[in-house]
Amino acid sequence: MTAMFALKDAAKSFAGKTALAPITLAIAPGRTTALIGPSGCGKSTLLRLLIGLVEPDEGEVRFDGTAVDRASAPRLRRRMGYVIQDGGLFPHLTARANAALMARHLGWPRAAIEERIAALAALTRLPRDILDRYPAEISGGQRQRVSLMRALMLDPEVLLLDEPLGALDPIVRYELQTDLRDIFRSLEKTVVLVTHDIGEAGYFADTLVLLRDGRIVQEGTLADLVHRPVEPFVERFVTAQRGLADVIAQVS
Amino acid sequence: MRRVLLALLVAIALALPAMAAAPELRVGSKKFTESVILGEIAVRLAVDAGARATHRRELGGTRILWQALKAGEIDLYVEYSGTLVQEILGGRVAADDAALAAALAAEGIGMTRPLGFNNTYAIAVMPATAERLGARAISDLIRHPALRIRFSEEFLNRADGWPALRARYGLPQADVRGLDHDLAYRGLAAGDIDAIDVYTTDAEIAYYGLRVLADDRGHFPHYGALVVYRLDLRDRAPGVVSALDRLAGRIDETTMARLNAKAKIERVAEARIAADFVAASFRIRAEITEQELVRRLWERTLEHLGLVAVSLAAAIIVAIPLGILAARLARLGQAILAVVGVVQTVPSLALLVFMIPVFGIGAGPAIVALFLYSLLPIVRNTHAGITDVPGPLAESAQAMGLSPRARLRLVELPIASRAILAGIKTSAVINVGTATLGALIGAGGYGQPILTGIRLDDTALILEGAVPAALLALIVQGAFDAAERRLVPRGLRLAAER
Repeated sequence: MTAMFALKDAAKSFAGKTALAPITLAIAPGRTTALIGPSGCGKSTLLRLLIGLVEPDEGEVRFDGTAVDRASAPRLRRRMGYVIQDGGLFPHLTARANAALMARHLGWPRAAIEERIAALAALTRLPRDILDRYPAEISGGQRQRVSLMRALMLDPEVLLLDEPLGALDPIVRYELQTDLRDIFRSLEKTVVLVTHDIGEAGYFADTLVLLRDGRIVQEGTLADLVHRPVEPFVERFVTAQRGLADVIAQVS
Repeated sequence: MRRVLLALLVAIALALPAMAAAPELRVGSKKFTESVILGEIAVRLAVDAGARATHRRELGGTRILWQALKAGEIDLYVEYSGTLVQEILGGRVAADDAALAAALAAEGIGMTRPLGFNNTYAIAVMPATAERLGARAISDLIRHPALRIRFSEEFLNRADGWPALRARYGLPQADVRGLDHDLAYRGLAAGDIDAIDVYTTDAEIAYYGLRVLADDRGHFPHYGALVVYRLDLRDRAPGVVSALDRLAGRIDETTMARLNAKAKIERVAEARIAADFVAASFRIRAEITEQELVRRLWERTLEHLGLVAVSLAAAIIVAIPLGILAARLARLGQAILAVVGVVQTVPSLALLVFMIPVFGIGAGPAIVALFLYSLLPIVRNTHAGITDVPGPLAESAQAMGLSPRARLRLVELPIASRAILAGIKTSAVINVGTATLGALIGAGGYGQPILTGIRLDDTALILEGAVPAALLALIVQGAFDAAERRLVPRGLRLAAER
């Protein structure tokens, strides 16, 4: 089975400061991978490398066998959906127009767009009357659902999410976590998710990639990280987060 | 329909030879009353000689008129020998008529014989001031260094004006500044200032009973009025040239001062004064039509709107792409912003004068100048609007796979629309105000009555330009507010309200 994403010695620094040391990583298709680690560990840079928003200084990034570079990125991005913390919805467009933007730009027939929007609204459990509101008129959780609709509009093979739940209050976050996991499971897409919350990572992901100072410290299941930490930092990171008792009990 | 068109063409074809037969010429005048009256007289004489003459009145100062004459924008105007010798020819020629005519001919310009009067500069004070200072001549001012002196801008700066006068007499005054000539009289009468420059044929001298100080060291040259014209006029309209020469020696100082007084004190229209003068002096009958207020206002409005609409539309078309370019390419962007910023600092009058050699006089140069002034707010706001698109949004658009051009059209420009529109609104309001200066170079508009009103001390006439200009600015602002409700996406307005 070939990897969906393959990084080979990919490194990136910003203004002389290393964001990512040379990293080699394969992300399996059809599974959910979580990139975790403390702030500034390079997890967001790694995600942006995958979609070509950041170009590696050295090494290479391949998506489904094709090198991601400036020339190929615009085309490859249409096979990826991307969701960021605040949703990144365009304030001048309604929820519906946000979700439909790319399809409309590509000249999809109106009926096909409407059909797809309806299906995605059902999938993300977004009330239909929200569709004609502007981002300023809907709640944070609803914005993330719309953002997910927009990311899924072209039925991409891959879904990339950068702290998608980071800005939500706990109850909304909890609901959306449940819905998101259901969606990931039903879609069977390759999902890469950035979070600093190991509980969330464990809840969503088959594989966790723990980063620190631009390097991969450990890659494995949550059980691997909890029970077989490769160095004391992993242990510290796992136990430093409260409210994990349930999850730990679940895997042990 | 086709038949009507055909008839029209035939009519034009028939009328063409008749139109070609009557030489067309344009008379210019400076923005003071004497020049306007003399311009009107020249028009009457030219018309009587069979020409079709129009008067481009109140075109500003010597530089503008001379450049317009050289460029063929006007065919003739009345100038003063001293001004020609000192200011235009830079003192290179002797101050006699033959030498002057030869020097002008080398520039392609002809001159008539002098009209008769000498309108030289002089320094004037109120009678009470003269008593208090014991001043009868300019040299008496040397003992009074604290005098508040105001000169017309042209006198203050020209070679034969204040710099030479000060050197000649050794005048010590420090409080010497520029002031519009027509306003200076009012300041003097009100006691706000002590001394001003006057033209010796000014009507106000008699009206205010001013004391003209003797030029006891013989500084001021002779400023004999004469008509300067383009030499090609001798071929195009020989009748006009000889008709103008009939003016030689026909207007002495008393006559000119009387004509000036009619305009400035009795408020008679210059056209009427000129018609009466040519009727009395040359037995020329002329029909004078005076426009009624509504029609006048309507024409001024059309002229003003024309200036604003064309210059603003051009500025929008150019400035938005410039702003986008500035936002895209940081280094070039700095250069673009710097250049449009510098353009903004050029004084409007100077910019208007710079335009004349290239674009002539009239609406053309005014539109170019207004266009340049309108760039900065739009370029700046477009640049700011696009660079201020929040990073996550710009990145989301990129991550969707939109091309740079599609990102601009679908995301960045709509999000920046509010800022861009605000820039256009600022430009439009400034443009409406600045366009009033266009009258100085013959562009017409609301500036024309303001200019004439200041010259004639006619508040009603000033308001005739100022009030519509202010109203137009308000209307333009209102129109853009309405446009904002239509053009700025509702979602953005909601986002701004939160």
